[in-house]
Amino acid sequence: MTTNDAFISIRNVGKSYGTFRAIDSVSMDIAHGEFFSLLGASGCGKTTLLRMLAGFESVSSGEIFIDGQPMSDVPPYRRPVNMVFQNYAIFPHLNVAQNIGYGLRKLKLPRAKQDQMVDEMLDLVQLSGYGKRRGHELSGGQRQRIALARALILKPKVLLLDEPLGALDKQLREQMQMELRRLQRAIGITFVFVTHDQEEALTLSDRIAVMSGGAVLQVDSPSALYEVPKTRDVASFIGNMNFLDAKVTGCVNGHAHLDVQGIGRLDFPSAGTTLTEGDKVSVAIRPEKLVLHDTAPVNGSKAIAGEIALTTYLGERSHYQVRVPGCDTPIAISTQNIRMHKPQEATIGRPVWLTWSDDALIVLER
Amino acid sequence: MKEGTYIKQPNRALQVYAIVFLIVLYLPVLFIPLFSFNDSIYVRFPMQGLTIQWYVDLWTRESVWAALQNSLTVGLWVSVISTGLGVVAARAITRYRMPGQSAIVTFAMLPLIVPGVIFGVALLVLVSRLGIPLSLYTVAFGHLIICLPFAIATLLPRFEGFDRSMEEASADLGENGWWTFWRVTFPMVAPGIVASLLLTFTISFDEFIMTFFLSGTDTTLPIYIWTQLRFPREFPAILALSTIILALSFVLVFVALWIGRLGVVREQVSATNAGS
Ligand SMILES: Nc1ncnc2c1ncn2[C@@H]1O[C@H](COP(=O)(O)OP(=O)(O)O)[C@@H](O)[C@H]1O
Ligand SMILES: [Mg+2]
Repeated sequence: MTTNDAFISIRNVGKSYGTFRAIDSVSMDIAHGEFFSLLGASGCGKTTLLRMLAGFESVSSGEIFIDGQPMSDVPPYRRPVNMVFQNYAIFPHLNVAQNIGYGLRKLKLPRAKQDQMVDEMLDLVQLSGYGKRRGHELSGGQRQRIALARALILKPKVLLLDEPLGALDKQLREQMQMELRRLQRAIGITFVFVTHDQEEALTLSDRIAVMSGGAVLQVDSPSALYEVPKTRDVASFIGNMNFLDAKVTGCVNGHAHLDVQGIGRLDFPSAGTTLTEGDKVSVAIRPEKLVLHDTAPVNGSKAIAGEIALTTYLGERSHYQVRVPGCDTPIAISTQNIRMHKPQEATIGRPVWLTWSDDALIVLER
Repeated sequence: MKEGTYIKQPNRALQVYAIVFLIVLYLPVLFIPLFSFNDSIYVRFPMQGLTIQWYVDLWTRESVWAALQNSLTVGLWVSVISTGLGVVAARAITRYRMPGQSAIVTFAMLPLIVPGVIFGVALLVLVSRLGIPLSLYTVAFGHLIICLPFAIATLLPRFEGFDRSMEEASADLGENGWWTFWRVTFPMVAPGIVASLLLTFTISFDEFIMTFFLSGTDTTLPIYIWTQLRFPREFPAILALSTIILALSFVLVFVALWIGRLGVVREQVSATNAGS
């Protein structure tokens, strides 16, 4: 992704409330037609960043470009973006059709044309025939669709969504996720989507910006974030991760020798990394990438020996905690229950061996 | 088991208290319409006979009509201006944070607790110092000072409960501040505005003390009633006039309550909007 085809360009943008720094010099580019998510724990500044894109908050430093235009001096009502608010902000004194058609006044279209556009939007969000209802006569999911239709009728270049599915129950949320994705594909505009739900972000997004404490930790595709997180924070925020303390004992022939807690010596290719002798690092591995054995592997390959500390049976899969001598925290393993689960597998204290494929290990700075 | 939940259990003592309270409150008032139909200039039992002569008498009196017109004119202007100023004030108070804000709000509310006599005298001194002749304008000015805090107090909760994201949504959909006010803010606070108009009109219509100090030759209805009390022969006509005012007040209060109910429905709507 180069800066040239960036549709939204956020350059060193910061936001201060008094002495409090809510956003700390964030830079990123969002491409045309991309489904882009801002992911992070509550209070990390996602809403603040989104509201700066919409123009409800001024930027304290830096500049936001949309379609090549600097946005600092552009008020919200002149920006080529529309927003779906977290509480939907459906106007209570207007009915559904009037809500959806709210933004059409300035277009000065004939009445019939306006009605037709509203009907089209009602169709698009599958609420045909609901035009005469009021906001309070609708369910949460329906209100959410109205908020969507109201924002999309103006054919914005960017749609901003602030945790739009947060208020919905699980089933409806999953249904709306599918629908959002369908909509975004169908109309092909850029979505900037705020969520604190990593699963939601992974399901929907083309790319995700992981935020923490007002800073962006990593911007990448869902699979890249999951498989090759760049920092320990990202690795632990997205999915579950085992961290083993390690120390670099030497670098020879493009390989780094690591002394890993609970495993012993491991070699890693050090090309393209900054690993140097004496570095304290973490070796990270996902629970589902470890393989559980009842016996020690015979061909002398590397394995971690330990004993079961806790088993959680989840039907489709089982989670184990394995206590390993030399490790402070037990290692988590998740296995799919391909065969029938036997109760004796859950016995606490049962000796087990863990193996992995080499590309499952990630070395991260500590 | 008794019927109803703990809170809703019928409470005999409370019912009796409420009934006694209402009787004590309204019985004296009920004598006014009663004796306005009495065929005697004396207010005493036994009553003499039924008549509407006092009403007919009122109808033909020029001075009553003049006073009524003055009261209506002043009331309309005062309610519109004080409500308009109240809207601006309530919006400013809820929208912007300024230093010493609570002090300013308290100061604006002062006329609620300062006795009318003091305000009346103070204004009279001011007006005569400035050489402004007493007229309905000075009366309206006095009423404005009394009504403004009531307008603000009525409107403030509406603006405080107002969800900022509604205005932001409007701006987001392309409407500037002015259009946003007309298309979103105003309709949403309209029940509060109507309530404020009715309340301030009623207060202005009733107001005696300020009017007494600040009126010139043109008088309002309360002052007219007061001046007529000196003449015993006029008393039944005053009773008739009071009865009419009473009836109109009731209508006004019911309209206000009805509109207030509309406001409650609106609030529930915005509550479901916000809370889901
Ligand atoms: N108007 C404001 N004044 C002061 N601090 C604010 C304001 N808005 C947000 N903040 C602070 O900025 C931080 C980020 O807020 P926000 O963007 O809402 O987080 P998120 O949406 O990620 O939960 C929070 O610590 C919040 O308290
Ligand atoms: Mg937020």
